[in-house]
Order: sequence, then structure tokens, then C-alpha cells
Amino acid sequence: MTKKIEAIIREEKLDDVKAALQAIGIVGMNVVEIHGHGRQGGLSLAGRTGTYKVDMLPKIQVNIVLSDHNLEKTIEAIRESAVTGEQGDGVIFIYPVDEVIRVRTGERGKEALMYEGDIDTR
Amino acid sequence: MQIDSGDTTWILVSTALVLVMTPALAFFYGGMVRKKNILSTLNLSFIMICLISLQWVIYGYSLAFGPDIGGLVGSLEFLGFNGVGAEPAAIAPTIPHMLFAAFQMMFAIITPALITGAFVERVRFKTFLVFSLLWATLIYDPVAHWVWGPGGILGADGLGALDFAGGTVVHITAGFSALAFALAIGPRKGFGNVSFGPNNIPFTVLGAGLLWMGWFGFNGGSALAADGLAANALVTTNTAAAAAGFMWMLVSWLDNKPSVLGIVTGAVVGLVAVTPGAGFVTPLGALVIGAVAAPISYYAIKFIKGRNLVDESLDVFACHGLGGFWGALATGLFATTAVNAGGANGLFYGNPGQFFTQLGASLVVIVFSFVVTYVVAKLLDAVMGIRVSKNAEVAGLDISEHAERAYS
Repeated sequence: MTKKIEAIIREEKLDDVKAALQAIGIVGMNVVEIHGHGRQGGLSLAGRTGTYKVDMLPKIQVNIVLSDHNLEKTIEAIRESAVTGEQGDGVIFIYPVDEVIRVRTGERGKEALMYEGDIDTR
Repeated sequence: MQIDSGDTTWILVSTALVLVMTPALAFFYGGMVRKKNILSTLNLSFIMICLISLQWVIYGYSLAFGPDIGGLVGSLEFLGFNGVGAEPAAIAPTIPHMLFAAFQMMFAIITPALITGAFVERVRFKTFLVFSLLWATLIYDPVAHWVWGPGGILGADGLGALDFAGGTVVHITAGFSALAFALAIGPRKGFGNVSFGPNNIPFTVLGAGLLWMGWFGFNGGSALAADGLAANALVTTNTAAAAAGFMWMLVSWLDNKPSVLGIVTGAVVGLVAVTPGAGFVTPLGALVIGAVAAPISYYAIKFIKGRNLVDESLDVFACHGLGGFWGALATGLFATTAVNAGGANGLFYGNPGQFFTQLGASLVVIVFSFVVTYVVAKLLDAVMGIRVSKNAEVAGLDISEHAERAYS
């Protein structure tokens, strides 16, 4: 089975998360800059006078597609590297993926996900 | 009357410095609006250079500084800069008359640009152009004549109010007109419910820095000579801006972290407040003027914004109206003939009458600016509409009024 991890993290935590994923051999990923909020509901900033509320905060969404036997190890790496313990650390979503096709070679499924030196080949 | 090359050089340079203040103001304001309105906001200031330059050459200068008609307005003798040439005039006896007119043109340009902060993000551009032309003609030119023109009712030939570089002519007119226009046009959609965060505070910091630099020409050049008075004006200007920026930092620190947007706003408020007194007060007088100006504007903004009284969007009234009013009154407190023999003493130098002269002149200009602006804005609203449609406002004025995007 193939899964997709969609991890919403603090933008300043991206470098830590990338390093943790590389350390366990997760090679392919993409990231999207997004805006949103969860339970903390935004933030107050200093204006000309006093404060004003900002409800949509910049976040980073990290997308990873992988075989499900690597799922728990990867989730753990993301969680450990993205956590600060404060509200606003983010959330991780897991989805099933029907099919993966590598554009260059036309490989499908597990082959399309394999990279030289990745988590399954090391 | 003989041309002095040193004086002429300094006023040529000052004219260029004051010109740059309008694009600087564009960035100061542009940084504070939402991303969808930054081009519109930059343009509201920039287009004033085009519009008012023409108005001033064609008839504005003549209305403001032409031979007096009843103390109220200048005649049309200088229409099209007719007779305004290389020879000096009595008003500035050591520089070409044309240079004096050009230097004053830059003040006429930036003043209506200051008002734009009150109605950004919703004003209809076409109507704004008509409004600005009417405003320059009906308010700026007459008030400049009252205060600075030959025979004007409020200035040296009349009441005797002191206004070195435009506390009354520029900042009171702009600030109180901004309040009137904001009341006439109404708040932005969502005002009071959503917060309108600034899109680019670095632009605002850049604009404030360039305004500060330009103000050396604005106030220093208003000595109309390269002399000790110009040096005094430059030092008082710098001192007041520094004091006000520092004070704003301190008062904002009581409420939250010291905001950079607040610090640069404070510096501009200090520049505003010292404008009428720059050539009449000492550096220490200017320090007090700036230090007091900052909390006045700070708490005014907090009061107005905190209660959602009026969407005077970029605080033109609080910063320029109140800053200019305080500056005009403070000139009546701190002015001393030791700085400027051509001026007068203020209350702290044994002449309480000057304070009341300043108060009287300010009140006349406050009432006049507010009423005329409100009436003109309401009339234009009835005739052509002063604000864009709801949909256009939601889409942003960059797209709806100019068919452009700032960032693609």
C-alpha cells in the first residue's frame, strides 16, 4: 500500500524536518507555503499603537508519498523534529494513494517510489 | 534685491528634496495598506506630482502668492507663471522668483497627497482627481495666501501667526480635511471586524527615512537662504523627529513590544510638529515639541481606532492634523526672537499673546478645511460617486481601478 503524508508544520521548522527526513532516508518530498490556523486561532502583532489580530498564519505543508511499512518511522521523524510544545506546532494527515507513476520512465507503484540510497535500499 | 548664488543653490537643492517627499510618502502609505491596494495607494500620491505641478504653473501659484485681493487670495497676475522669472521678488529677495515659485510648488503637491491616507483602499480614482484639483484651488491656495502670501489675513501682514514651513498651511489643512473626507466616504468594508494588516512594513520604513531627509529641504529651505536660520531649522527638525520617534517607542512599549511601524510613525509626527516652529524655536524647544507630539498622536490613534469611531485609515488626522495643531500652538510657546529676529517671542519668552494668535489662526484653518472638504466630498459623491463599488473594493483597487497587479 502507498500512502501520502501531508504534514502542516511551522515555517521556521522546515530545515529541521528536512534534516530529520534525510537522516532516515526519505529522499523525495515537496513543500507548499500555506496560510491557516488551528486551535490557537491566530496571533496578535504590534501595530502603530497596541496590537492587532492576524488570524491566518504562514505555515509550511510537507508532502511525502511512501510505502506504508515506512509510515510510522517517518511520522515519528517529522513529529520529533517539528515539535516545540507550544500551540501552533501543526498537524499530520495520512491519505491512501491509488497509484504512482514516474514521468521519466513510466514505472508504476513501488518502483516509481524507489530512489538510489533511499530508506528501502540502504 | 540681488540674487545670491549660495541661497539660490540651497533652494534649488531643497526643491529637489521636497519633491522626493511625495514618492517617499507614497511608500510610507503604500506599505501600510493591503497587498491588493498598494499600486493604487502609491499612485494617489504620485499622481499629485503630475496634477498639482500643472495646476500650480497655470493658476495655483497666482492664487496663493499673486498680488493680494482683500487679504483672502492672490490675483491672477501670475497666470501661467507670467512675470515669474529670473529676477527676485520681494517675498524671497535673494533667489529667482521662479525658484521660489517652484519650491512652493513642491509644498502644494505633497499637501493633497497627505490627505490620501484617509481614504485609501476604497476611493474612486476619477473622483479623487477632481477632488484634489478642487481642494488645491479652494483650500490650499487660499490658506497659503492667508498665511504666507503678501497681505494675507493670518500671516505677518495680518493676524501675525507664525508658520515657518507649513504647520498650518500643510499639516492642519491636510489633517482636518482627511478627517472630513473619511467621514464623507465611510469606512472600508469589514472595518471593525477584520484587521487590515500592513503588506510591507519595510516600504513604510523606507518612506519614513526618505521623508526625514526631504524634510531638511522642507524646513531648512523655508529659511529661503543658506544661512544660520536654515541651519537652525535643520537641527530643530532633526531633534524633534528623533525625540518623537524615541517617545513613540517608549509609549508603544507600555502596550506591547516596541513596533517598528510605530517608531517610524513617531519620527514623522515629530517632523510634522516641528514644521511651524523650525525657524523660530531652539533645538531644546524642538526636543520638547517632538517628545510631546508623539504621545498626543499615539493616544489619539488608540482612542479613534479602539472605538472604531471613524475609518481614517492611515491616521492622517491623528498624525498631521493633531501633530500640526500641536506644532502651531507650541510655536506660540517656544518661539524666540533670539533664534529669528523676524519672528516673535512665544509664551515662555514673555509673550502670551502669540499663543492665542497661533490658536486663533489654527482654529480658522481647521474649521475652513474641515467644512469645505466635507461639502466638496459630499457634492462629488452626489454627482459622480466618491467610492468604488463593493465588488471593486473586495477585488482591490489595483485590479479594479488600474487593471494591474503589484506582484505577479
